[in-house]
Amino acid sequence: MHRLVLALDTSSAAVTAAVVELTDDGCRTAAQRQHVDPRGHAEHLAPAIAECLNQIGAEPGDLTTVVAGTGPGPYTGLRVGLVTAAVIADVLDIPAYGVCSLDGIAGVHPDVRRLLVAGDARRKEIYWARYETGRRVAGPHVDRPGGVILEDVDAMAGAGARLYADRLELRLLDGDYPDPRALVLAARDRILNAEPTQPLTPLYLRRPDAAVPTGPKAVLQ
Amino acid sequence: MSSDAPLVLGIETSCDETGVGIVRGTELLADALATSVEEHARFGGVVPEVASRAHLEAMVPTICRALGSAGAAPRDVDAVAVTAGPGLAGALLVGVAAAKAYALALGKPLYGVNHLSAHVAVDLLEHGPLDEPCVALLVSGGHSSLLFVPRIGGEELTELGATVDDAAGEAYDKVARLLGMPFPGGPPIDRAARDGDPRAIEFPRAMREDGYAFSFAGLKTAVARWVEGRQRAGEPVPVADVAASFQEAVVDVLTHKAVKAAREHGVEHLVIGGGVAANSRLRALAEQRCARAGLRLRVPRPRLCTDNGAMVAALGAQLVANGATPSPLEIPADSALPITEVLL
Repeated sequence: MHRLVLALDTSSAAVTAAVVELTDDGCRTAAQRQHVDPRGHAEHLAPAIAECLNQIGAEPGDLTTVVAGTGPGPYTGLRVGLVTAAVIADVLDIPAYGVCSLDGIAGVHPDVRRLLVAGDARRKEIYWARYETGRRVAGPHVDRPGGVILEDVDAMAGAGARLYADRLELRLLDGDYPDPRALVLAARDRILNAEPTQPLTPLYLRRPDAAVPTGPKAVLQ
Repeated sequence: MSSDAPLVLGIETSCDETGVGIVRGTELLADALATSVEEHARFGGVVPEVASRAHLEAMVPTICRALGSAGAAPRDVDAVAVTAGPGLAGALLVGVAAAKAYALALGKPLYGVNHLSAHVAVDLLEHGPLDEPCVALLVSGGHSSLLFVPRIGGEELTELGATVDDAAGEAYDKVARLLGMPFPGGPPIDRAARDGDPRAIEFPRAMREDGYAFSFAGLKTAVARWVEGRQRAGEPVPVADVAASFQEAVVDVLTHKAVKAAREHGVEHLVIGGGVAANSRLRALAEQRCARAGLRLRVPRPRLCTDNGAMVAALGAQLVANGATPSPLEIPADSALPITEVLL
């Protein structure tokens, strides 16, 4: 059966939209748009989806599935992708599946035996996960680059890995941002088996910064 | 408007309320709301990240509830309107992205609208069309403005004056905190004030006779000084009298200037909108002063004064009816959208 999957990821500085064709024995990206603009997720995403559909002469109603990267990533942009995916799936009455965005980077390097994938978590930290031949074995977590155990890791990928390359000192592979085909492949079994969907919940990994206030400041001297 | 007017869905996420409303012409069909106010209460104010997280969780369920109560399928909606600003940036983005997704998926036009204009337009759902200019007083936790509105739901309006410091609702929140009342401060102060004497304490009425601008920061400090003075002297604080006297100072200035603006601009109608318009004393005093000045007062029911999706749909419906150009899918969320930009 031929499936037309809308793949979205806004977990990094890149705003990614693609239409991916998934069949029982194949998977290929039919159209893709990626804008690297850390503050432009809401502006770029919807037009990028429209352009992808136009490019292949498809209508939104032709989509059969939505796959969205659930992070971890900077929250404000991340939410743009997830709410977009959730609303499109809801109004078109098609399933939406969430995928850890770091899996969308690891999936491009399925043959690397031990891989570290790291995204930029800002505040001098990285979102990271470890993979063995394409399978996630640790993470996602958020830590300072120095706090990540790097023993037995062969290579690394992701925008966070590139940013802290001098500190992590591992062989840096291509692929700074999640690849839509890899995201769809990470959800492949769920899509093909028509598994029940879950709400698209972001992998926040941090609690909101907010302090319960103390009493009001005195105004009298 | 007739029953064949377009069906407009409105999405509101500028602060802590996730609102989805559905309107046909000036008829309200659905007004679904999810609020995160209880999650903010212990912080004494809205925490933007907490609000944004709640919007994402509530968005699709709130859309579904609105469609359900309007008896409409997603495809029945003819246009999608959304608050594009002003408001909390991260919170606005959730609604703007949701509205774009809805419009894109079903091929419907998108209208990115101004939250403040929507607070005025919502009155059409309560009192029907108004085909003449009016003056509008917009009072909320983030804004206090006087507007000249040539046509409710039109793309033009003029700001006559705004607060130079705190918004009226912000002053309520701060005074409530001083008096040990919960956030948001409007309802508990309104309740406490009913048992108090509004003339008990002479609090300042800044800039009362001075143009159309407002200032509430000095009033808030004056209340703080008065309350602290009592506390330091070891005397009890007469909470009801403080609440009533503070509230009287706020609503006296608001209604005085609003009535003056309406008279000076030769209009017959004063419209009041925004969360503070739910305040019972503001409504009562405005009613009294408008009657004395020969003005007609239009204030929506309290439920429509606070943030909701119906107000966005109401403005959207007017823009559609006026043949306004829809917004492109590229529009941003603009946390500082000027009050005069009704449509992006």
